[in-house]
Amino acid sequence: MKLTLKVWRQAGPRAEGRLVTYPIDDASLDMSFLEMLDVLNARLLMKGERPIAFDSDCREGICGSCGFLIGGVAHGPRRLTTACQLFLREFHDGATIVVEPFRSGALPVIKDLVVDRSAFDLIQQAGGFISARTGGASEANSVPIAKEVSDRAMDAASCIGCAACVAACPNGSAMLFTAARVSHLSLLPQGHPERKQRALRMVDAMDRLGFGSCSNHGECEAVCPKGISIDFIARLNREFVKASAVETMEPVRKV
Amino acid sequence: MDLNARVPDGPIEKKWEKRCFEMKLINPANKRKYRVIVVGSGLAGASAAASLGQLGYEVLCFCFQDSARRAHSIAAQGGINAAKNYQNDGDSVYRLFYDTVKGGDFRSREANVYRLAEISNAIIDQCVALGVPFGREYSGYLANRSFGGAQVSRTFYARGQTGQQLLLGAYAALTGQIAVGQVRMFPRSEMLDLVVAGGRARGIVVRDLVTGEIGCHAADAVVLATGGYANAFYLSTNALGCNVTAIWRAHRRGAFFANPCFTQIHPTCIPVAGEHQSKLTLMSESLRNDGRIWVPAKGDDRRHPSEIPESERDYFLERKYPTFGNLAPRDVSSRAAKAVCDEGRGVGPGGRGVYLDFAEAIGRLGEGVIRERYGNLFEMYEQITAEDPYRQPMRIYPAPHYTMGGLWVDYNLMSNVPGLHVIGEANFSDHGANRLGASALMQGLADGYFIIPNTIGDDLARVAPKDRFPEDHPAFQEVRKEAEERIRKLLSAQGSRPVESFHRELGELLWQTCGMARNEKGLKTALERIPILRAEFWRDVRVSNEGEDFNQSLERAGRVADFMEFAELLVNDALQRDESCGAHFREEHETPDGEALRDDANFAYVAAWEFAGVGKPPILHKEQLQFEHVPLSQRSYK
Repeated sequence: MKLTLKVWRQAGPRAEGRLVTYPIDDASLDMSFLEMLDVLNARLLMKGERPIAFDSDCREGICGSCGFLIGGVAHGPRRLTTACQLFLREFHDGATIVVEPFRSGALPVIKDLVVDRSAFDLIQQAGGFISARTGGASEANSVPIAKEVSDRAMDAASCIGCAACVAACPNGSAMLFTAARVSHLSLLPQGHPERKQRALRMVDAMDRLGFGSCSNHGECEAVCPKGISIDFIARLNREFVKASAVETMEPVRKV
Repeated sequence: MDLNARVPDGPIEKKWEKRCFEMKLINPANKRKYRVIVVGSGLAGASAAASLGQLGYEVLCFCFQDSARRAHSIAAQGGINAAKNYQNDGDSVYRLFYDTVKGGDFRSREANVYRLAEISNAIIDQCVALGVPFGREYSGYLANRSFGGAQVSRTFYARGQTGQQLLLGAYAALTGQIAVGQVRMFPRSEMLDLVVAGGRARGIVVRDLVTGEIGCHAADAVVLATGGYANAFYLSTNALGCNVTAIWRAHRRGAFFANPCFTQIHPTCIPVAGEHQSKLTLMSESLRNDGRIWVPAKGDDRRHPSEIPESERDYFLERKYPTFGNLAPRDVSSRAAKAVCDEGRGVGPGGRGVYLDFAEAIGRLGEGVIRERYGNLFEMYEQITAEDPYRQPMRIYPAPHYTMGGLWVDYNLMSNVPGLHVIGEANFSDHGANRLGASALMQGLADGYFIIPNTIGDDLARVAPKDRFPEDHPAFQEVRKEAEERIRKLLSAQGSRPVESFHRELGELLWQTCGMARNEKGLKTALERIPILRAEFWRDVRVSNEGEDFNQSLERAGRVADFMEFAELLVNDALQRDESCGAHFREEHETPDGEALRDDANFAYVAAWEFAGVGKPPILHKEQLQFEHVPLSQRSYK
């Protein structure tokens, strides 16, 4: 099949970027989108041009490394699918596809399609954990957890931290990401002791790092490759309001 | 060279407790003076860095991914074993120990395996405390599933994403320590070399993958948790970035490499589809709980699977291994699949595939139950193949997946180089010649949460923080200079072939000669071919000359260059081990019904190799293995 790619090329964080057109004449339906970029990169290299930089690692949709805008949509046209699991059979022969990095002030471009997502780690560091010291845990079955609750926590915990939600949001909000983590841990009894501070700290970090606020567009849920529901954003709002009513934020302390 | 495993004496049940008591301790006020480097942030690395930080050590943790959360442990699907016996089905620490030694085909160290089984239960407790949402029953208690190589249900799971959830738990623990400044995290940083001087590991040389800067980091001890080397085969289930560099460079600096030929070929992966394929995707072993594996009874049967009646199907695992059936261990199942394909009965393009069929289970349990158990795996299969596994059987074929070999370590998980510790898949310790399913996650977390935080003190107590080498010490500068020269050499490589083309060629060579079946002739051919390929690589590879900073082609070139050196060791080890055991199947040694035939009289040892120079024959050291509790026997899963 034939495709025309228009790829965002940007040599470095401060360099100017532009779209460059690459015709592909010999793609096959069973190739993944990233494998097509691999082939294109080998050709660019042989022609003495700079290959297209993009992140990917596991190539089975779980590590969260990959992700960019494909035809204006984070991770491309297929629902519940990361860029690495997208196959060319999703496209028409002769299609023109624009490929750009995730766009958000909080996720600056490093090179071409590679963005810096360290802000996500910083949100987690603000409180996205249970500070249980290794060795002090009680017997695993000492606290039964209703299956529905545990399953719901698992739904939230499926987030792969790819940042598609931020890229899709008109406000550049990281609410879905933050909500997934806060919900996962607040649903489980083990997460309750630090529950209020966690909500306060993570929301504060999100604001400080330059992410926008949520105004219920729902674009995040639509592009999330793991199908994380925006119901969790409602849960985060509830957690945050409840916590704000009774506590003020305190810094993280050593265990 | 001293190859003393330092296993504590006394009864096996008391060894770990005894060692914990014998070891030197560092008082809490002094711990903060010690600095420890952890390389890798997968299950082993993240749990170690977090736990060492909690103890009060100053920890530096490095990973090449853009976040610690993306290490390849995240892709583990099926589960993690523990001897809880929640199912009341006869499990115990001793049984998990026994199954693991037997599953490893008697090539692991009994004392280490016993400790692993002993610690397994605490891992589950710890993970639950960290908020890992394991699968539960309606009672609210934890659920279990069965896995290959065991007749009890002892595997804990979080849908088909157990590795992800365990890693996010360890990552969260690590994150907590980063938040309080106890751990400094260096993402997008690749270890290029180890600094050994004055008889001790002193630190590492690291390349910042964004700026390209090559820096030195000194510490009182170095912990490598850098995973396995299955990407030597190019196509494997490993993430693209998985590499041998850290442990290979440590090997070049004196650390012994143990049993490199023990490489696991996982039976249930999606078959190779095209020439541009960049990786193979695993379908969790847990699928074998409900899926039945078969091929057409007659060769060259091109009918659609639904048109092949029951009487013309061969459920070959159930036929050959009636006791374990579709849950036979990985090495046995992989070879059985290869055998039926070699007979011309394979299915799918190229005839390299067998069916994994859920029709019977869907009929018995309903589609809803199957969806709940394996929904995400079925979706992944459909995304990749465009075939719906609810309607027609999956096609699967074995693929390189995990490597049991790794750097040699003693009972305390320290290598033969003092101050260098190796944990998780990067060491050789617990799985012998074949790893059982759901045991990798167990080992990674046992090493990281519970073993290294205890044992590292015994090593650190022998040195004083004031004696730490400064980073401008000549020992560091010399290694840094070598690393810089190598980078310069790669950047100036403007030959005619991309890195991947060499990697693919090396991988194919290894897969053909040192894959699921090996023989002397093939291995010797590989030994002739590898040095030629390596020379061609350095002569003819092309690396993007876009600069020293962010340059992915340069990253890959460095990793492949190390695979080119390592491959020779892998093949040498396979050649010297003139027996079949576990995943190492030498065609010269098989039982009359085609199973691996061990030679315990001559090969019941760990082969620990000493580096002698690139292209020079490595020097073999042997650690004899004693089996006092699990009697040596021919494995049978019939």
